[in-house]
Amino acid sequence: MARQMDSGFLAWLRRDLLLAWRRRGEVASPVLFFIMVSTLIPLGLTPESTRLAEVAAGMVWVMALLATLLSVDGLFASDYQDGSLEQMLITPQLLPLPVLGKITAHWLTTGLPLTLVSPLLGLMLSLPAAGFIPLLWSLALGTACLSLIGAVGAALTVSLRKGGLLLTLLVMPLYMPVIIFGSASVSYAIDGINWLPPLAVLGALCAAAVALCPLAVAGALRATASN
Amino acid sequence: MNLFSDWTWFHRLGSPRWFYQNSGRWLPWLSVVTLVVLATGLVWGLAFAPADAKQGNSFRIIYIHVPASFLALAGYYIMAIAGAVGLIWKMKLSYMVMKSAAPIGAVLTFIALFTGAVWGKPTWGTYWVWDARITSMLILLFLYAGVMALQYAYHSVDAASKAGAILALVGTVNIPIIYKSVDWWYTLHQPATIKLTSAPSMHPDMFQPLLVMIAGFYLFYALVLILQTRNEILRRERNTSWVRELAAAKMTTNTIANEAKSE
Amino acid sequence: MSLSSSSLLSIENLAFERDDSRLFDGINLTVNGGDILQIEGANGSGKTTLLRLLTGALQPSAGRINYQGQPISENRYDYLADMLYIGHQPAVKLNLTAEENLRWMVASAAKSNRVAVADALAEVGLAGYSDIPCYTLSAGQHRRVALARLLISEARLWYLDEPFTAIDKQGVSLLQSCLQHHVAQGGLVVLSTHQDLALNNVRKYNLLSRAEYLV
Repeated sequence: MARQMDSGFLAWLRRDLLLAWRRRGEVASPVLFFIMVSTLIPLGLTPESTRLAEVAAGMVWVMALLATLLSVDGLFASDYQDGSLEQMLITPQLLPLPVLGKITAHWLTTGLPLTLVSPLLGLMLSLPAAGFIPLLWSLALGTACLSLIGAVGAALTVSLRKGGLLLTLLVMPLYMPVIIFGSASVSYAIDGINWLPPLAVLGALCAAAVALCPLAVAGALRATASN
Repeated sequence: MNLFSDWTWFHRLGSPRWFYQNSGRWLPWLSVVTLVVLATGLVWGLAFAPADAKQGNSFRIIYIHVPASFLALAGYYIMAIAGAVGLIWKMKLSYMVMKSAAPIGAVLTFIALFTGAVWGKPTWGTYWVWDARITSMLILLFLYAGVMALQYAYHSVDAASKAGAILALVGTVNIPIIYKSVDWWYTLHQPATIKLTSAPSMHPDMFQPLLVMIAGFYLFYALVLILQTRNEILRRERNTSWVRELAAAKMTTNTIANEAKSE
Repeated sequence: MSLSSSSLLSIENLAFERDDSRLFDGINLTVNGGDILQIEGANGSGKTTLLRLLTGALQPSAGRINYQGQPISENRYDYLADMLYIGHQPAVKLNLTAEENLRWMVASAAKSNRVAVADALAEVGLAGYSDIPCYTLSAGQHRRVALARLLISEARLWYLDEPFTAIDKQGVSLLQSCLQHHVAQGGLVVLSTHQDLALNNVRKYNLLSRAEYLV
């Protein structure tokens, strides 16, 4: 049984990673978006480092959320168009496993790079030194949540021609807890409070999302993509 | 899959036609009861309940605000449960109830937000504050908007129903998390002195009309939901023989009435 | 196995409706190993829907599909592992090479022989293309990549939706010999096509008239 499960998860993970590697330019765009929009903040707000420092944590988090949201739209789109999604629906494996493989690949190609460049943005936005480590940790866990929840929206809108904007509408309210606890752990650290509790809540959210979101995605794909 | 194949009675209960015909019989009674309860609550609350010591008469908006907030949240669960029943037992009527519940809930959420803002101006001096409960209400409005937008985005009724039901269920799991996290977020950013989340104890003279209003809103919600569902039934079943017969019967009575009038 | 005496695939009283309009109902069919069943019918008569009902991607509104005498919902894993479906879209990823595409398709199917990928590509006439991403290939070549799955697959049940679309004459004869070989080994083919097949023992089923006849 374990081998069968592996084959569903790993096959789709490997395939999506390979595909991402072939489309490196496209995959890099959320990260570029993340960096570029962050340069708008000093331009629109103030170049003064003390005032930037106040909003840095929240801004980095909002940008990361938007960047994930932009990329999650394409999670099932090309598979839907070329018939691969249809093949996924009829694999003998339990559907949530290939789904989880795809989501994992999405996180590895967007959430993880976003996390890794976030210290750079922290520097640009004068994030206080204490905030860097919590920023990394909270983004690593948080972007995984964002990918998982975003996948539900992507699955619900995959068969709609103009699903992108609708997806944003569906997913945004569900993202609220993630951004609250994610940015809170950073601001706790900056204020010198123990920042592990909000991070632990984020971890709990992530665990719940890993368990529940692939099920919801599988249900959504069966309900909508097959019509 | 065939676990429920013997539940024919259950499916009969879920037949849109059965619902339409029976709800038509209860409807006049429900309307009268709703009207009486709402009128009692409103007159009692607005005219006879004592004015608040600090807020004066402006507090009376709670007789709309509080019941609307109650039903806004309860309505989301009613919608999600209807969607779940549809998904599990493939019951069409249930999907129709779900679809009808979404706009009602959204309007109630909007009323709660609007009355909150109106009440906020004299009380806090501003229409909008990022209070925990207001923020949660706003997110609830977004959740309703998502379910409605998804329903309208699909051409296929079946796909729209299933997608809407799944989204409503995902929202149901999320609502407690959202409420708790917004609550937590609020206490993080706001000093405890102006915390508004704990309701102050109310004088019974003020509280009793509120209870009547809440009951009235529940009745009103049920009434509007049934009316909306009946519309939805007619729209979706417009090609069936029983709806056609119904329409034909209505047409003839109307022409007879018109002829009688013209004579 | 005692089950092998019952038919490999049987369809009982199958009906499908979408948005309360009935596409078809009362379909009864039995297909055994060695059979080729060709589904006919005008556009919109539900050929693709019937095939997708067979794959389990769609749920029938009434009736059932049996695999080796058991409803497919009760032994879903065995059924799907023994099935191969090629739909309208060939499920070819444009950024992958033909070989990668085929390897991946083979990996996601449960019963397949993993070594024969290169041979299969050679046989469908894509020998020199193994390193070239599929976006440089034509639509017909994409179909050939998908058809190469047939050469590797060990599944007994093949469901093919318009498999002759966009492929040339030589490809058509290759595909036909492939089908012939499959049924000779006891496999089963259900396909939809408007083309007349140059094969023996093809049963035709017309979705509109419900007539079933041997060619």
